[in-house]
Amino acid sequence: MRIAVLGLGAVGKGVLRVLAEKPELGLVLTGVADSASGWIDPDGIDPGEVLDRKCTTNRCGTAGLTADDILDAGEFDVLVEVTPTNASTGEPALTYIRRALISGHHVVTSNKGPIAIAHAELEDLAREQGVALRYEATVGGAIPVIHAIRSGLLGNRAHAITGVLNGTCNYILTRMDEEGLTYDQALAEARELGYAEADPTYDVRGIDAAIKLVILANTCWNLGVTLNDVSITGIDCLTVDALRLAADQDCTIRLIAEASPERGQIRVAPRVLPRTHPLVIEGTLNAVTLSMDLAGEVTLMGRGAGSRETASAIVGDLLAIRDRFIECG
Amino acid sequence: MRKWVNNEGLSSAWIKVMGEGISVHVSMKLEIKDSPGQLVAALTPISEYGGNIIAVIHQREPETSSDTLGVQIVLEIDHERLDGLVAALRRQGVNILRLGEERLLFRQSVIMIGHLIHTDIGDTIDRIDRTGFAEVAELNVQMPAITEPSTALITIKATTRSKMDRALDLLREVAAEKGLVIVEPLEEADR
Repeated sequence: MRIAVLGLGAVGKGVLRVLAEKPELGLVLTGVADSASGWIDPDGIDPGEVLDRKCTTNRCGTAGLTADDILDAGEFDVLVEVTPTNASTGEPALTYIRRALISGHHVVTSNKGPIAIAHAELEDLAREQGVALRYEATVGGAIPVIHAIRSGLLGNRAHAITGVLNGTCNYILTRMDEEGLTYDQALAEARELGYAEADPTYDVRGIDAAIKLVILANTCWNLGVTLNDVSITGIDCLTVDALRLAADQDCTIRLIAEASPERGQIRVAPRVLPRTHPLVIEGTLNAVTLSMDLAGEVTLMGRGAGSRETASAIVGDLLAIRDRFIECG
Repeated sequence: MRKWVNNEGLSSAWIKVMGEGISVHVSMKLEIKDSPGQLVAALTPISEYGGNIIAVIHQREPETSSDTLGVQIVLEIDHERLDGLVAALRRQGVNILRLGEERLLFRQSVIMIGHLIHTDIGDTIDRIDRTGFAEVAELNVQMPAITEPSTALITIKATTRSKMDRALDLLREVAAEKGLVIVEPLEEADR
């Protein structure tokens, strides 16, 4: 199966590393582009060489060759769209995904922006064209939560989704709880360790978790929920005393994303949980509990970020598409 | 600095909604004859009336006469069936020395963060207490330096689960109005 990769940040590099490491998967790279260059070869490109070039020259291929050129050439079965996320417009990823679907190509993306903004439109487009749109990597890193909803738990109706969807916040809250650090101290530590961005607003104000919740909710219920529908409270208001008062009751505080159409509720907020609760997980881990009518509660837990972990989700999507649409591999 | 405000000294109250009726948490002190089989005879009506016995405490008090025994029983029972149970116990010849029923059975604690005192904490409490179906049972306020936000654990008791939900809605409303943040438990009342 031929794949084209748009974007060579941590996620794109992670995907290429897996392709180099596991040629037996039968995933042939025929196109790749970063923000400044690109490479197209219908006979296959050595992913190791792309990574070397990127490392030495900061360009993956020929200068001036763009994502649009790769889409124009159309020499691929699946587009792997892993460019940086824009949460407000979804661009330019949204346009790339639309173009690929319209021209009858499958799409796998890790990009939260376009999926949160235009899920229904893109799904409809994919259905009309008889192709697949998969986005496991947008939520929960390596955790196969969307696979679980779409295949493992088929036949179930979901009552609620509850989860810890932001590793940065979970790390900060874990440290505030364990060490009695203030919010500012724990944030500074998270930054030093590379768990928090220079501008952590998006994470600590709960926006990232809310976008992921929108994606999960639309995957489960297809109700056309948007980020504006989510009631959001971040963790930046939490005091050491709040963690201590929770601890006095043998509880702790975590940033919980929760959606339940039955209760008319979709929100992200710090919540008090008993220490023994399955969503009380440590450090940068993520976890999701799916409350289903047949299965009851199913909780998945794992690494919510990282180059290799996200590549795991993307490769899983690619192979699921191969198995369903491209029997011969 | 730590401040405790107690509205009432009730012990922790539990509740379950059993079927349609509301189950209440009842504590009763019984006087039974100190002879074999009497305790079982006293307890039998409780199960007949669908009561769930939580604790049985024997009390041999010096002032009671030697042929009787004081027993304290804590049970949960459908509110509607409590009177029937009391009558049945009396028919068995059991003397009920004391009967206590807790009215506010749902209990939930939330954490509030913000300028709690300067946004009139008395008013915040009053707004819940004035509902008639819920009240602030306990408030534990932690106050750091004067300019920094304070944090409180506020425990609300309410008559039913839906009244608790209404009390929490009201508290959210008050918090939004006063710029306070509420950290709620993930799980529902009565844990």
